[in-house]
Amino acid sequence: MSTATATPTTSTADVARSRSPKFLSGWSLAALIFIGPAILVLTVFMVYPAIRTIILSFENGLGNYVQLLTADPRFIRFSFPPSGSLWNNILWLLFYTGGCIVIGLIVAVMATRVRYERIVKAIVFLPMAIASTALAVIWRFVYSPDADTGLLNAILGIFSVSPVSWLGNAGFVNTALIIAGIWGSAGFAVVILSAALKGISSEILEAARMDGASEGQIFRRIIVPMLSLPISVIAVTLTINVVKLFDLVYVMTEGGPGNSSNVIAVQMYQQFSARNFDYSATVAVVMLIILIPVMIFNIRRFRSERVVA
Amino acid sequence: MTFGESVAVERPPRTMGERITRMVSKAPIHVALAIVGLIWLLPTIGLLITSFRPTSEILSTGWWEIFAGRLTFTLDNYTEVLGSQGMLNSFINSVIITVPSTILPVGFAALAAYGFAWVDFPFRDTIFLIVVGLLLVPLQMTLIPLVEVFAQMGIFGTFLGLWIAHTAFALPFGIFLLRNFFITLPRDLIEAARIDGASSWNIFRTVVLPLSVPALASFAIFQFLWTWNDLLMALVFAPRPGGLPMTTQVQGLLGTFATEWHLLAAASFLIMTVPLIVFFSLQRYFVQGLLAGSVK
Repeated sequence: MSTATATPTTSTADVARSRSPKFLSGWSLAALIFIGPAILVLTVFMVYPAIRTIILSFENGLGNYVQLLTADPRFIRFSFPPSGSLWNNILWLLFYTGGCIVIGLIVAVMATRVRYERIVKAIVFLPMAIASTALAVIWRFVYSPDADTGLLNAILGIFSVSPVSWLGNAGFVNTALIIAGIWGSAGFAVVILSAALKGISSEILEAARMDGASEGQIFRRIIVPMLSLPISVIAVTLTINVVKLFDLVYVMTEGGPGNSSNVIAVQMYQQFSARNFDYSATVAVVMLIILIPVMIFNIRRFRSERVVA
Repeated sequence: MTFGESVAVERPPRTMGERITRMVSKAPIHVALAIVGLIWLLPTIGLLITSFRPTSEILSTGWWEIFAGRLTFTLDNYTEVLGSQGMLNSFINSVIITVPSTILPVGFAALAAYGFAWVDFPFRDTIFLIVVGLLLVPLQMTLIPLVEVFAQMGIFGTFLGLWIAHTAFALPFGIFLLRNFFITLPRDLIEAARIDGASSWNIFRTVVLPLSVPALASFAIFQFLWTWNDLLMALVFAPRPGGLPMTTQVQGLLGTFATEWHLLAAASFLIMTVPLIVFFSLQRYFVQGLLAGSVK
């Protein structure tokens, strides 16, 4: 990103700059033709609506925010254990992000040691191509409470465990959804980590082995530290996914049973559908506020590395 | 990036004995990877098999019974879902929604990216940074006012509205991705064209675009799949009742026929067909696009 200013200044731009008022100088017709359409679309259909949403959320002064953060048990209920959609997003953040990274690391490390690496990675990556809506149907089917339909209950049936309604039970539903989420996203972590693993030179690994390091020590002392950057990339990406998480939860449970598996984005849509527009706008602004630090981290990273994936 | 071959961390085995020892010592890895493979394949295969089974069998036995010899297959589920459940219509709608929602952002983003990379104008980097900053705006932030804006323009609940919404939402990422690619093109090449008297437009069209096919393809594929798989935007903006894409259609089926697995399975695979074809035919661009898209 730092190279952006390095384009040589064209002579026409210099001439224009010396003649016209400062603010308008340098805007050639070419500049307007190239960036004009995109800037127009972004301003009318993104920036303006986003500002309107912020204004709408303050329709009752701070009332909506006070209610959302202190008096809406569907959003956050401070009990032990806490509940509500914000809390569920935190659960997702911890277990979905953590699960994807741990599984991604294990699969990537194992896959580099076999000849059919390509196949393993393609299989795990495949769900990334699938619509979350289809992914939700696939997992509703796996979790079906009927042991003659649902794979999970059929497997448990072998061990004489009676069928469980995984998605109908408030105690299981979040775990069940997060597992489906990990299944859908772990391939992303596998592909990034496996590319990073190839960057670790075999000499270092050989040298460590020569010095008598065990495979476990090599993993913990060499591989994991060298993967810290790609891991942080994955963590940030998945965190953004979690905040925006909508399709999977909406299609699998609509936040139910009750409110037990609700997440922020689904709650926003429910309020929107119920035509509580100002309250729904408040939820959207809270999503934005949560995303700001993550994105600042992300943009800093782009700046320092000038690398996109 | 492709799913490349593994690096040779180990030297090749010298003797048959060494080869066997190595096979045995790797046995736990093979077993673990086989389990991983099963976990990642079985849920999808189960639904795929189900989509070809007769309704009566789906209700009475699990799909795994086919391994015990229950081999009756049928296309009835697909016929029913495409016909009476309207999935054929939705399939066409998905295409109608997706194609312009891919072409428009690629075009607008390529133009803007060239502007940010190679045309000089005041506040260029500041404006670019603001555009990149828009990456953080979630769709939810724009939904409510967009409904109003589209209603005022008379395009709420039309394909045009949906195309515009998809285009606007795709631009920050597209501009970001393409600009970062364009800036890596050799400066000498562009300078040479300028000295030869080529206009910015001609440089863009004849130098920059042909050299940027990989980046354009990655973005196009990413955007195509994003739109094809989108549910939320379609729930809000798609024309009702006749203009719904497949994702909303399946979501509706789940509401009304939560246990009609023969319909749900067939419908889900219809959604998956196009992404899977893209996946297998354009794997390289596909993976690149998805990885790059991770910032979105």
